[in-house]
Amino acid sequence: MTMNCVACWQGICREGSSFGICLMVFSRLDRILRRKIVAVQCRFNHIISRGSKLELPLWLAKGLFDNKRRILSVELPKIYQEGWRTVFSADANVVDLHKMGPHFYGFGSQLLHFDSPENADISQSLLQTFIGRFRRIMDSSQNAYNEDTSALVARLDEMERGLFQTGQKGLNDFQCWEKGQASQITASNLVQNYKKRKFTDMED
Amino acid sequence: MLCEKAMELVRELHRAAEGRLPAFNEDGLRQVLEEMKALYEQNQSDVNEAKSGGRSDLIPTIRFRHCSLLRNQRCALAYLYDRLLRIRALRWEYGSVLPSALRFHMSAEEMEWFNHYKKSLATYMRSLGGEEGLDITQDMKPPKSLYIEVRCLQDYGEFDVDDGTSVLLKKNSQHFLPRWKCEQLIRQGVLEHVLS
Repeated sequence: MTMNCVACWQGICREGSSFGICLMVFSRLDRILRRKIVAVQCRFNHIISRGSKLELPLWLAKGLFDNKRRILSVELPKIYQEGWRTVFSADANVVDLHKMGPHFYGFGSQLLHFDSPENADISQSLLQTFIGRFRRIMDSSQNAYNEDTSALVARLDEMERGLFQTGQKGLNDFQCWEKGQASQITASNLVQNYKKRKFTDMED
Repeated sequence: MLCEKAMELVRELHRAAEGRLPAFNEDGLRQVLEEMKALYEQNQSDVNEAKSGGRSDLIPTIRFRHCSLLRNQRCALAYLYDRLLRIRALRWEYGSVLPSALRFHMSAEEMEWFNHYKKSLATYMRSLGGEEGLDITQDMKPPKSLYIEVRCLQDYGEFDVDDGTSVLLKKNSQHFLPRWKCEQLIRQGVLEHVLS
């Protein structure tokens, strides 16, 4: 079986070789869920009648979608529709984006694939929402040192949480440097992780 | 649901903490490949039927299976690729000899890849810095002095210092040793770098 490796590889390596990001793409895609599709003449293992609504995974909907809507058309989830877009534009900071689907931005970006007439508004909304919230995320990540941050990240979506973590890492690295610990050689992560699990079989 | 097994592989890796390498899920991967084979064969026969029998109503089903094939492929490749990234990081983080328990977590191919990588890295390092080469896996943090204070966390035994003498690394003993000799042992958790 020949593999279409190039396209796949590009898909995997798109944002860089960190799997964390690629996996974000995957697990984001895994958050298919809240998607309703109107199926137009499609037959899977059993016949699905024309006009029926289904929930399909994002990857599947993307694969079956085409411009002429021969197989299916996609209904936008509520949070990307006009009503919620207005809420976001009023004050983006109060919204619990984690509850809205933990991959709000990623999923929303993927939705643009389905050629909705609202695409321009959706992309604007995503961008403005992010801009509205970013300042607070940056501030809190740079000022929370050695404390419980669960309250700060509770209402952030996955992408924002990643940013927050990056900010925290920068803060911790800087503090470490200030304390003069930057030159201290430390055990590898592997060792530290295994130690926590009382891993004793380590021979050289 | 199709592609569930492939998603499971991806989730399993995602759950593993940063840098940790869980055991190679040979069974899971085999199941994914079997699912792909079945999908492929079903599609082959449907494509033939669609072409010769003019059954264009099969096309959505064919596309559906094709999407599943691509999805499985992507998940499987991501699983394998991410493991390779973690294995590569082990060379830098831990050293060129991995603990046996870790080696059991790797497939034969991954072990082979690791050996190739080690060799490439060694060849490259030898080509740097004139005749002796340059160990770029050392001094990962900017050094402040040539000698450092270390404390022993485990019994290690005799340890040769460059000028011919040796020290006995016994648990909780402290020594003043050349940085370049200790770096690897510190990273492996045998010694602890003590800051004065």
